[in-house]
Amino acid sequence: MNTRLIRLFAVFTLLAMGGARAAAPDGESLYQQHCAACHGSDGSGGVGIPLNLPDFLAVASDDYLRNTLRNGRLGRVMPAFPMLSEAQVDAIIHTIRGWSDQPAPRYNDKPVQGDAGHGRQLFTQHCVACHGEHGQGGAGTGVTFSRPREAPIMAPALNNPGFQRSVSDAMLKATLLRGRRGTPMPSIKALGLSERDADDLVAWLRQLPPDERPARTNEEPIIRMESPYSFEETLDNLKKAITARNFRVIREQTLNNGFVDPGKEDRRQYIVYFCSFSFLNEALSIDPRVGLFLPCRVTLQETENGIELVTINPENLSHLFNNSELDKACARMHRLYVEILEEATL
Amino acid sequence: MKLLRSGLVMLLLVASWSSGAQDLYMVRSQMAFPETMIALQKAIREQGYVLSRVQRVDIGLKKSGFKTDRYRVVFFGKPEQIEQYSKRYRDLVPYLPLKIAIFAEGDETLVLASSFQHLRPYFTQPELERQFDAWETDIQRILEQVRLSE
Repeated sequence: MNTRLIRLFAVFTLLAMGGARAAAPDGESLYQQHCAACHGSDGSGGVGIPLNLPDFLAVASDDYLRNTLRNGRLGRVMPAFPMLSEAQVDAIIHTIRGWSDQPAPRYNDKPVQGDAGHGRQLFTQHCVACHGEHGQGGAGTGVTFSRPREAPIMAPALNNPGFQRSVSDAMLKATLLRGRRGTPMPSIKALGLSERDADDLVAWLRQLPPDERPARTNEEPIIRMESPYSFEETLDNLKKAITARNFRVIREQTLNNGFVDPGKEDRRQYIVYFCSFSFLNEALSIDPRVGLFLPCRVTLQETENGIELVTINPENLSHLFNNSELDKACARMHRLYVEILEEATL
Repeated sequence: MKLLRSGLVMLLLVASWSSGAQDLYMVRSQMAFPETMIALQKAIREQGYVLSRVQRVDIGLKKSGFKTDRYRVVFFGKPEQIEQYSKRYRDLVPYLPLKIAIFAEGDETLVLASSFQHLRPYFTQPELERQFDAWETDIQRILEQVRLSE
């Protein structure tokens, strides 16, 4: 019996694996499914950077694209795609390549030899304004809400571990020499620098201190505080605490509002929405996706243990966005929620 | 029988690894914001959900220098689920009802939702795990329907 079942299982597994292999991946469809939301349907950018710029495609090797898909960019929005098969990754790269009539560049893995000290001087002089002192890149994401569309690319974080693992020395050098038309990145030749200077810059870029991020902590998904006051008193306290912090209560409703007939709503679970336009603007500037968890909200609920206030924990949610800038804003929002809840319940 | 069971568990694990656990689901609709909003609401209803409200998140954005002010969050759920889970799992309440954000990007529109991956370590009741699976499947179907809408 067991042998039969094992055989059956083996056949099923082989069929499943074979089926997956047999189907040739459709690069266009995979691109639309996994990449287009951020990079645009035609690669012209959005929340993510544009991929269809001729100068980018002229210097970006297939290995670079492949490694980028695999590694992502920790803390810089771009996720890693470990779930895609090799064939699927190749199909996506093929689609991206289709936007250019130039062949994919090939580079050797030989390290570029240069004077990192001199490269550092050049970096400070010519690159820091856009890429930051530590090569941490520009702020915000893509072009959607976070910056004007006429600036088509965010200066990449050169010290990002995902970038460093993906790019070869030769590709860095090629980028420096070519520049990227349609973006603020010039050719270093236009700045009066030589090929030797490019080698020195590459040597320094390889020595940039890596962007070390604190390990992801396991933050509880909610913030909850019990209130010693009555329901109405707690609600009143809550609204006072909100307005005391320059937020405006924009809406109050029961949790089941819209799901039951008017008059049958359960007031023992009551939501207060509040907002500050300046905070909202700041949050969307950092990452337009964060509106999913806005406006701010606290739920007041009556349980068998008494009255309590509950809300999302922004520090738990910030991990969803892979955006280190947003982490700081979420930490600030966490403190604000705690202050509001404390003031309403203590 | 034991062998078969461990084999199946293994297969399920492989399947889950290959599907890749996503934190956020985001799709791009090539339609403009109003058309995408209609498609989104239609897709939500077709998955059997009730739309409870559409919340503006964009008041004053243009005045503050943003290029667009089309940003909404659509709240939805199944009345019996909202009732059941909000009473049984009080800690889940801040995440109810379900929601999908929709915002304009030029002539196109982005539609975004969160998965329940970040909640799973804290809500390990089998009933909720199954519900999270079901919600994730439904949300992905909704987004896919919107993405393919013309």
